[in-house]
Amino acid sequence: MTSLKPQSEAELAEAIKSAKGPLHIRGGGTRRTGAELGQVLETSGLSGISLYEPGALTVVAGAGTPLAEIEAALDAENQRLAFEPMDHRGLLGTTGEPTLGGVAAANVSGPRRIQCGAARDFMLGVRFVDGQGSIVKNGGRVMKNVTGYDLVKLMAGSQGTMGVLTEVSLKVLPKPETMACLLIDGLNDRDAINAMTRAMGSPYDVTGTAHLPKGLDGTPVTMIRIEGFNDSVAYRLEQLAGLFPNHALRRETDPEAVAKGWAYIRDAQPFHGTTGDVWRISTKPTDAPDLAAKLDAKEVFYDWSGGLIWALTPAGSDIRAKLGAFDGHATLVRASGTTLPLFHPQPAPVAMLSEGVRRKFDPRGILNPGLMTA
Amino acid sequence: MEMPVPNAGLLARKPNIVARLSAVLPPDALISDPAETRAYECDALTAYRCPPLAVALPSTTEEVSAVLKICHEEGVPVVPRGSGTSLAGGAMPTADSLILGVSRMNDVLETDYENRIIRVQTGRTNLSVTGAVEENDFFYAPDPSSQLACAIAGNIAMNSGGAHCLKYGVTTNNLMGVTMVLMDGTIVELGGAHLDAAGLDLLGVICGSEGQLGVVTEATLRILHKPEGARPVLIAYDSNEVAGECVSDIIKAGVLPVAIEFMDRPCIEACEAFAKAGYPMCEALLIVEVEGSPAEINEQLALIKDIAQRHNPVELREARDADEAGRIWLGRKSAFGAMGQINDYMCLDGTIPVSSLPYVLRRIGEMSKEYGLGVANVFHAGDGNMHPLILFNANKEGDLELCEAFGADILRLCVEVGGCLTGEHGVGIEKRDLMVDQYAPEDLEAQMAIKDVFDAQWLLNPAKVFPLAASETRRNMAIAAE
Repeated sequence: MTSLKPQSEAELAEAIKSAKGPLHIRGGGTRRTGAELGQVLETSGLSGISLYEPGALTVVAGAGTPLAEIEAALDAENQRLAFEPMDHRGLLGTTGEPTLGGVAAANVSGPRRIQCGAARDFMLGVRFVDGQGSIVKNGGRVMKNVTGYDLVKLMAGSQGTMGVLTEVSLKVLPKPETMACLLIDGLNDRDAINAMTRAMGSPYDVTGTAHLPKGLDGTPVTMIRIEGFNDSVAYRLEQLAGLFPNHALRRETDPEAVAKGWAYIRDAQPFHGTTGDVWRISTKPTDAPDLAAKLDAKEVFYDWSGGLIWALTPAGSDIRAKLGAFDGHATLVRASGTTLPLFHPQPAPVAMLSEGVRRKFDPRGILNPGLMTA
Repeated sequence: MEMPVPNAGLLARKPNIVARLSAVLPPDALISDPAETRAYECDALTAYRCPPLAVALPSTTEEVSAVLKICHEEGVPVVPRGSGTSLAGGAMPTADSLILGVSRMNDVLETDYENRIIRVQTGRTNLSVTGAVEENDFFYAPDPSSQLACAIAGNIAMNSGGAHCLKYGVTTNNLMGVTMVLMDGTIVELGGAHLDAAGLDLLGVICGSEGQLGVVTEATLRILHKPEGARPVLIAYDSNEVAGECVSDIIKAGVLPVAIEFMDRPCIEACEAFAKAGYPMCEALLIVEVEGSPAEINEQLALIKDIAQRHNPVELREARDADEAGRIWLGRKSAFGAMGQINDYMCLDGTIPVSSLPYVLRRIGEMSKEYGLGVANVFHAGDGNMHPLILFNANKEGDLELCEAFGADILRLCVEVGGCLTGEHGVGIEKRDLMVDQYAPEDLEAQMAIKDVFDAQWLLNPAKVFPLAASETRRNMAIAAE
């Protein structure tokens, strides 16, 4: 079957309206999404930045716009996407270009999520075509907007199952003048979580906390990132170091090295080129070490002070069964031919609400069917 | 303001409904005497009033569930109420509705500094959430100006903002989880101490749904450590355009102040007359506040002053100590009170792209002449959230209607330039009929479809948010089903 590649919102609406069966929505194709049933519908024809106002911290672009194009435009004005979206290609062995629509539809966020929010927190407005071919807009391009229900949040992370995004408006932020990282060597998982939550609970505006039980040299390293103006970063680095008097501390102040270190965390590089399943477990930071111990994982590392556990497990291992009930959820990011649901099953009343909402927007069940529900 | 005709069947069955509700609530938690229900006839949009059928004041999530279950069975519309500070009529009842107030549910359930969260019952006031963690130097960031009185329940319903949201975001960015009761009495948990949703982000659509999807009884909120300090600088310009350019340049330079407040000449004059803060007389006044350690504050202020100087300010005043900082904020903080001293006023709440500021202010000035009503502008300039205050005389025949028409025109202007009808107050009944100016029928249909799922009979706060004509069929289904 040839793939559909609408060149405008109207063409997309027509394509969905006249679809006879399931559609598999594809942005840049950098993430594999479940069974991938039906005809491929590509958003690459809906590309381009339509508005960028650096002074208003706002950018509006088509869903098929390559993320790299947006990042280059922002870079020229010394701004950035603060939620630090992950690049899945290395982990999943995919090619292609990540798109704005893909990032929005999957609510893709990185290490800075713990300080400034997820993609959903930076999404100001969306336009999309629902499963019946209706064109819907919600939100807008201003930062404060409580006019009607917030369907923007609902679309963020809905994985294309509610509608196909055609346009997204985002809040952007200035790039910091510099960044630095305080490194603590040799902590066990529990002590590392304590150190990271302590740093996040300080007034020093930490923008990333991660812990690798096996760092590049095979020994544990805990990373605490700060960003901002030069003098301020220098000051806060020392204040933070002062919180950990009896620890083995190192200070990384070369911004390029810092950026590289955090890309390592953001893109789950410890698991690149490995075999097995990769899971993301979102939980309460202080619960993380005990949960990680239950996983029988080949390897784990922690982002978001422990609020995000990355786990590499043997193929097909049902970690949800091992974890039992806990505060949070586990998402299967890289599945090696298992039949486990990618998304965490939800309690009955919540599942019913979600299914009800999804059916309103896609009554025929043709948009990425089965992706979010088992 | 048109409201649906009360359901006569419900009014006739009041004794039966009251009896059933009394059976599931403590003796003093149900008010049905018309003399007493009058206290709940309006919220902070006081121009419109209507006593409810009865008022329930439960103390637990289970009591809320029991009350909703009965109302669901009896077909009674329910208007959830936090502290009743809505400026949009979000908590205004109809004669056939039950007010469900959460004001008695104000406990702190859990404080967890390590994970930086607090779990509270939603009747707790915004400021007392910060009050509960202040001794450890933590705070809850969203700070609507009614924060002394307004409840977290209402903050969630309206997705409330505040002066400091340029840096800290609004309620939805600081809300991590809720316990919520659906109209049929089902209790659901969404989110928690972890980040992001397992599936669809239902929490994201609950926040800002104006009490139409469920009654939120408990909330998990993000708390943050206080910054080491904060200091404002006051910058005065002789034109709105230049002040607007200065704001844009500050943001472009990479400084992210916690607040950038803008006041125009009519507002400055009123504040001066009232609070005598010593503001310079000019066309546009900016108050820019930054946070951090003393050295960090100096570094940021130096950059801001440098940018401000390039635009030739009439005056640039820095606060050297806490007392001077207080004086800079004094006028701004008393702005609404000052306007109230000289006139009746209506406070609007549209948002515009920051780049449209000079054009919008010029148009508002022109419209002010056409309508013959004065207007003063206070503005969260960093995020484009405007609060034009239209002055009118409540005792003069037709003045309120004229003021409302002027207000509607200003909000349409906000939409026309790419903004929206409401930045932080919500739609309620006040802006219900303007929704068609911002949204196409399909856009409204998509939103109403969400309510169909959560509240199929449209019993929760039914006559709000959507134009009455748009929601009529759905609302009437509930009555027909009886």
